[in-house]
Amino acid sequence: MSQAEKSQAEKSQAERALSSDPRGSRNPLWTLGLLRSEITTLLRRHRTYALLGVLAAVPVLIGIAVRIETGGGGSGGAGGPDGGAGPAFLAQVTNNGVFLVFAALAATLPVFLPMAVGVVAGDAIAGEASSGTLRYLLVAPAGRTRLLLVKYASVLAFCLIATLVVAASALAVGALLFPVGEVTTISGTRIGIGEGLVRAGLTALVVAVSLTGFAALGLFVSTLTGSGIGAMAATVGLLITVQILDSIPQLSGVHPYLFAHYWMSFADVLREPVHWDDLVKNFQLQGLYVAVFGSAAWARFTAKDVTA
Amino acid sequence: MTDTAAESEAGDAVAEDAREGHAAVTGAGSGNPAPVPATGAPVIRTRGLTKRYRGGQLAVDGLDLTVAAGSVFGFLGPNGSGKTTTIRMLMGLIDPTSGTAEVLGRPMPAAARTVLPEVGALIEGPALYGFLNGRDNLLRYDRADPTADPRTRRARVDEALARVGLAAASAKKAKAYSLGMKQRLGLAAALLRPRRLLVLDEPTNGLDPQGMREIRSLVRELAAEGTTVFLSSHLLDEIEQVCTHAAVMARGRLIVQGPVADLAASARGRLAVTTPDPGDAARILKEHGLTGLSADGDRLTADAPPAAVDLADLNAALVGGGVRVRFFGVERGSLEDAFVALTGEGFDVAG
Repeated sequence: MSQAEKSQAEKSQAERALSSDPRGSRNPLWTLGLLRSEITTLLRRHRTYALLGVLAAVPVLIGIAVRIETGGGGSGGAGGPDGGAGPAFLAQVTNNGVFLVFAALAATLPVFLPMAVGVVAGDAIAGEASSGTLRYLLVAPAGRTRLLLVKYASVLAFCLIATLVVAASALAVGALLFPVGEVTTISGTRIGIGEGLVRAGLTALVVAVSLTGFAALGLFVSTLTGSGIGAMAATVGLLITVQILDSIPQLSGVHPYLFAHYWMSFADVLREPVHWDDLVKNFQLQGLYVAVFGSAAWARFTAKDVTA
Repeated sequence: MTDTAAESEAGDAVAEDAREGHAAVTGAGSGNPAPVPATGAPVIRTRGLTKRYRGGQLAVDGLDLTVAAGSVFGFLGPNGSGKTTTIRMLMGLIDPTSGTAEVLGRPMPAAARTVLPEVGALIEGPALYGFLNGRDNLLRYDRADPTADPRTRRARVDEALARVGLAAASAKKAKAYSLGMKQRLGLAAALLRPRRLLVLDEPTNGLDPQGMREIRSLVRELAAEGTTVFLSSHLLDEIEQVCTHAAVMARGRLIVQGPVADLAASARGRLAVTTPDPGDAARILKEHGLTGLSADGDRLTADAPPAAVDLADLNAALVGGGVRVRFFGVERGSLEDAFVALTGEGFDVAG
């Protein structure tokens, strides 16, 4: 506090600047400042890079594994019969690197991608609560509804970033290790490489949208507890539970209501023409989850006593 | 800073407040006429504020608190007496079970969006993003306030950092900060904008003596600028040095509130005499109607005489009676004495 005089001068300057802006007038883009802060804060955490790093590594592993396998066998055509047993699209990768995008998304969507989203969503409110920063955001005052919306928006941004990281990594590895050319759709027709890349981008978007319901569920869990780790664990636990339930045939009655049930419908983007039925069902289901758990999160968070 | 809205509300509330200021002084303080100098509408006013947690525990019980504008208000109480719960209710972080709280003349938590931009708060210690540096922590908190002007943001953050003496450490990651530096950064967050009310919960926690002095002088400086300061502390010294008014809580209830001078005075001072002739001195003092005499070697103490008795006469009587006096004087009652008298327990005993 030795620079008292200097700070005094700066202060009156700041006050003048403030008084030129009548108090109470708020920026019409009132959430954008906080949203930007939220996303940049997310992107400055080492944890975020660790998650994205793992996601980026999956296509690299798949690419190298396929390359070694086909290199050793010497016959790329052998992928055909094997393809039925392995993950989707894996067989086509040797012929066309672009397929690594679809293969990587198919490999990460059941567990890796939602797990990363679950960590970020589960931590969204609970992490702020356990570090105590939540109370300072609320007395700033961020506003509870506004903070929740911004948190959800940043989780959605992470869904998109994570998906794009997988797709971009897969495209780079695919182009590096395998030939790239015309894409053969599931329907058997061939489309140009440009059209194929558009389909790949569209697929990534569909995968990102597939995660929105689970993201809303994670955000709701995050409002229930003051422990960031607990919320992350619960969210990821829910994911695993749902994936197990979805694989038990005897429970087929509840399957259409499980958020993961239509996830693999993204493959329909690769049909000619695009087969929308299951994609639409997926979007509707995600919308339902967003509405239900978004409302639940809002009801819980706006009425919650913040004691942490 | 013009607060026309608050000014217009001030008028009708002043008279009422002055009366209630009296009424709220209960317990030992009620003996003293202690008008709260109401320079404006009360900045904080609670009526019957009660919080019962879900476990059934009654944290705050029927609190009637009035904090006048322009005062430096000390909020005292042992650990677990409900201070922090009260502060959280005032800041809209938790809903009261019953009763009302008004901050800056508006109901909380309903008016949180209009009230809180004018309130700076340090609640239960600082909370920071360890992976961000000091400056970015403040930028984040400022962005959280939708009414904060983004054009002046950097200037205001720099000014707040300079004000708490952290300008040099602003580029350092917050997780590398010492407890004292974190405390300063928390204070800086409360000073990001000109505030009408500062709520500081244990602001000198973790600071070294030099840091404590700096924070106290900062509090005085802010008060001199017209900011009302609501300061909770377990350091009675601190309250006595800094605060104009104080309230004491114990077991969720408000025991007393009023000007600090009156509270301290309510704990009557002790007359102390040091003499090689304690026996004679005790006899003479007794003859002059003094009570509560106790002797400890050559030191003799008694309850301070009423104001009507001139101490000079007492001293003359002692000397006239052949008592050799080494020291003679009244030791003022401290806030700590008052506190112990009010709560009947030491300060560090949890309620």
